[in-house]
Parts: sequence; structure tokens; C-alpha cells
Amino acid sequence: MKYGVNEHGYYGDFGGAYVPEMLYPNVEELRQQYLKIINEPDFKAEFDLLLKDYVGRPSPLYFAKRYSEKYGANIFLKREDLNHTGSHKINNAIGQILLAQRLGKKRIIAETGAGQHGVATATVCALKGIECVVYMGEVDMERQAPNVSRMKMLGAKVVPACSGSKTLKDATNEALRDWIANPVDTHYIIGSVVGPYPYPDMVARFQSIISFEAKKQLFEHTGKELPEYVMACVGGGSNAMGMFYHFLDDESVKLIAVEAAGKGVNSGHSAATTFLGREGVLHGSRTILMQTDDGQVVEPYSISAGLDYPGIGPQHAHLYKVNRAQYTSVTDDEALQAGLLCCQLEGIIPAIESAHALAQLEKMKFKKDDNVIICLSGRGDKDLDTYIKYFNY
Amino acid sequence: MNRLNHLFATRKDNLLSIYYTAGYPQLNTTLDIAEALEKAGADFLEIGFPYSDPVADGPTIQHSSQQALDNGMTLNLLFEQLKDLRKRVTIPVLLMGYFNPIVQYGVEEFCKKAAEAGVDGVIVPDLPMYEYETMYAGFFKDNKLSNIFLVTPQTSADRIRKIDELSNSFIYLLSSSSITGGSLDVSDSIEDYYKRIKAMQLKNPAIIGFGIGDNATFKKACEYANGAIVGSKFVKLLESEDYLEKINGFIHSIRPSL
Repeated sequence: MKYGVNEHGYYGDFGGAYVPEMLYPNVEELRQQYLKIINEPDFKAEFDLLLKDYVGRPSPLYFAKRYSEKYGANIFLKREDLNHTGSHKINNAIGQILLAQRLGKKRIIAETGAGQHGVATATVCALKGIECVVYMGEVDMERQAPNVSRMKMLGAKVVPACSGSKTLKDATNEALRDWIANPVDTHYIIGSVVGPYPYPDMVARFQSIISFEAKKQLFEHTGKELPEYVMACVGGGSNAMGMFYHFLDDESVKLIAVEAAGKGVNSGHSAATTFLGREGVLHGSRTILMQTDDGQVVEPYSISAGLDYPGIGPQHAHLYKVNRAQYTSVTDDEALQAGLLCCQLEGIIPAIESAHALAQLEKMKFKKDDNVIICLSGRGDKDLDTYIKYFNY
Repeated sequence: MNRLNHLFATRKDNLLSIYYTAGYPQLNTTLDIAEALEKAGADFLEIGFPYSDPVADGPTIQHSSQQALDNGMTLNLLFEQLKDLRKRVTIPVLLMGYFNPIVQYGVEEFCKKAAEAGVDGVIVPDLPMYEYETMYAGFFKDNKLSNIFLVTPQTSADRIRKIDELSNSFIYLLSSSSITGGSLDVSDSIEDYYKRIKAMQLKNPAIIGFGIGDNATFKKACEYANGAIVGSKFVKLLESEDYLEKINGFIHSIRPSL
């Protein structure tokens, strides 16, 4: 793959495994094993079966008729919101729990922002009867309280991250510290295409089912091999990477990644990483991140807890730098309005994360016969409070 | 030969190094603390520059880093402060911190500035061996800076050999796989690990860190290595108001006599 990872874990200038020696054996074990394990017939069979019977895949590629009329193109929604646990996060969690089992790990840790990845991880741990500890920023625990309860019901221990901004990046720090202290028996299920190599590649492979299905489904709908546009929101970037994966080498397909501008890109309250960030090292990989001149990581802001991460995955940084994908951003207001529009035009309450991708539709200039696929990465139940407060319902 | 090499050429055991965070507890106390530590008998120093996301550190050093950042510490300012380093301190000094601030400063510029200030070595826990070797080793060598690598109980023998090859002052042995500020692991498996390393007869001396904070743990570490590093316990001491007066007593509580 032209845009894939090289043997040292790099995508162009980005990636690598910038981890302290304490994490080296953990990461090295994964690096040596992950491709071998995920290509074993027995792994593939169990992964496919669980995706089908437990997650409910394939997720539909839904032709959104009223959206299509409004925006003057054929708009398709890839319905990851219909997955078990309500988002694309479960695809990766299933893949990693099967991997962890085959590595003989007895304990799972994870970080979570909005709680979707935490819920997905707690779910697969329940499924397999494996101990689960989820780190979550104290601030996120408050704004995503229902997901905290879900994780607890599923048997996970939820540990608040109280350092720094008390959000996703701090939860990630705490999970890394846990992994340092428990190097032998614990597997860390990272929820996005971030972290040291091989995580960005491994997570992208597990999420690539999204574009694998979408490509076939588009053909069934339209008789066309390729769409003109593929769009997705980006925090760390896992649903976007899954949505882009099988279109990366089809250069005619325009890839649009939508970041969270928060209160505006230049408001000081934003998570629009490619606009505000510079190259550096975050959570084990060389990537683009929001930081001060002194190299301190800046605390990002978005109304969406799944998008307020100060970096993006290294493969995204590469796609951005070489112009393979276009990175853009929409504000909190634009996303919430787009979320409401989706409810009223299509009868779907989207996660606020996914609503960012939908908001970008307003800014696009499509031709009449363009086929456009948007990843509807998650459902909006977890965001009802935010929607209700904003619109006064 | 830098000051570190000289130290290890002349002293083989019971070496004591102290870590503290620059800019903590006050912004401008970096050299006062260094001077007091030298007077009290510390053999070399590790001056930490703060980072917002110190994943290898426990609560004590996390707190000192955050406080230092809140006080306004930056790499620029640290190099300003270190302009007087060699007027006030003669023992070897290392800088320790995470890689991202160095990337922003510019790795080459960082090495140059450190050498100009009279710094002898650098410890960057999250700069891996592969990237160091392929991209940055030249900057360190040009500026006669030692790069210190960490070894943990899980580090393989092959990798330890490679680290020994790339090192030119000492190897930092972690007493356990943990973040900073834990307690010293004295289990049989850890003893086996120290013995295993000793038996490898590495060309570089070894210094043990993580979990060293009193005379008992210091003595234990020195049975297996050339010395030990105290970090979190010392940073904790800096919380008290009259910490400068307490430094002498602290050093002697770790290593009573020389």
C-alpha cells in the first residue's frame, strides 16, 4: 500500500515508537506478533463471526434520499451507529481482545474520551471474561456519565484521570503508566489510530472493515466501483482511517477529514489539530499535535468528547502532509445544527462526533451525479443531554 | 572526556546522583539547589526540564513538572539559568526530560546549548534507540554529550549489549518496570536481574534508579551497581519551606559517610 506503514513503523515522516524503555518489550511483542496473529485462519474466522453475529455487521450503507435532494448529490451514510455498543469502536475492541487472548494476556486496560471506546472495551472483556480497567478523564466522566455507568454494569473498573486537563490525553497518560507498571500480563487496547507503532496500523486494519464493506455496498447500490467523495470526522482518527483505508490507493476518490473547530479555529477553544498543530511527538508517535512554542501539549477543546484530542494519528499526519486527504474543520454550533438536521431529514440521531462530518456537507460543492459516502461513526444517545441543553428541547 | 567520564574513571562505587525538576518549587532556584547538592556531597545531578505529559513519572514528579510549568519554566529559560552553571557547580550535570520539547527547540540546537552551558549528558526516556542512532547521535557526539539509555528487568540481553555499545558514560538501570516514585523491589527476580547484568561485564558503569530514597535502598542498589539515583524522594523534600537548609541532612541520610 502506497500510504501504508514501513518496516520501522513510519508513514513518511510520521509514526515510529517513541516509548520509554519500560514499554519497549510490550510494544515489541505486539510488533512481532500482530500481523502473524491477525492473519491466522483461526483468528480471522473468530473475528468475522463476532463481527457478524455479535456486532451485527455488515453495517448498512444507507442511501439518504432527503440529504441527497438537499445537497444535490447521492449521499450515502455508512451506518456504524447501528453496531452493537453504538459506534465503530467495537470493531477495534473485538480485534484487540482476540489478539490479547492469543498473546496470553490476563488483564485489559483502555483509555476513553467520550466513553464509546471504554464501553466497547468493557463489552468485549465481558464477552471473554477478562478483567478490564478503563481510564477516563474526570471531566469526561462528568459529561458522559451514562457511559461510565454502562462500563460499570459491564464489569469494568473505571479509574478517573485527574492530571492535566482531565480529558482524553490524560486518560491516555494514565493508561500508559498502568502498562509500564504491568508489562507482562496486561494488554492495552488503544482506541484510536494513535500511539506507538504497531497500534496505528493495527487499529486501522481492524477498522478497515468499514471501507471494505462500503466499497462493495456502493457497487450494489450504484454499479460504480468508486465514490467521488469519502468523508469522516477525526479526533485521533480511527473511524476516518477505517472509512478511508480501502480507498487510499484509489487516488480519484477525494478523502475529506473533518476536525473539531470547537468555538472556532482561532478562538483558543478548538481541537482542529492540522490547523493549530505542529510536528512533534505525542503518546509514542511522531505526528502533528497542538503545542506551545516550548513543546508543551495544549489542552484541546470540542463540545464532542470524542474529538478533543490534541493530536491525530501518524497516518493522518502523513495523508495531510502529502495532500492525499483534505483536512477541514467545523465548529460546535455547525456540528450541533447538522446533528439536528440529520434527526429531522433522515430520522437518525447522530453522535456529535459524526455530526461534524455531516456539517461539512454544507460547505461542499458537489456535482449532480457525485456519489458521497459519509461515515456515521456513532449514535447520539450518549449526547442527548448536550443536544437537549443546546436546543432547549 | 567529559566530567561524567572523569567521575566514573576515578570513582567506582557508592556514587550518588540526585534528580530534581528545574523551576520547582520556585522558578529561579535551579542553580541554588544544584550548588547546595554539590556542597552536601552529591556526585552528579540530573536536572529535569518539565513536560505537560510525563508518562514515565509518578505523582510526585508529575506535580513538580506541572508546578514548574505554571511557574513559567521553559527550555529557553532553563538555558538562560544554566549560563552560570559552571561558575557555581563543578560536578557532572545531566539534563533529563521528554523528547517533544527538544523537538520543538531543535535537537541540534538543544545539544549545542547544553554543551555551551557545561552540561555533560542527557536522559530522554522516550527517545528510542533506533531514532537516536539513525537521526540524532551525531548532534550528541559533536557536542560531547553522553546520551543515557534506560534498562529494565524486561530488557533482553541482546538489547542491553546494543545499549552498552551506544553508551559512553553510564547505563541507567531501573529497579523495576514502573513509573518514578515507587518503592524498591527487592524480590528474588530483581536480584537475579542485577546479577544477570553484572555477569554481562558491560563496558559502561551502571547506576540504579527508581525506588531509591533512603540509606537502606541506596546500600542495596550499590551492592549491584556503581551507584544510585534519588528522584521523587528529593523532589518531595523540596515541598518544605526551608528545603535549602535540609539538603545537607538529606544527602547524609541517604549516604551517611564517604
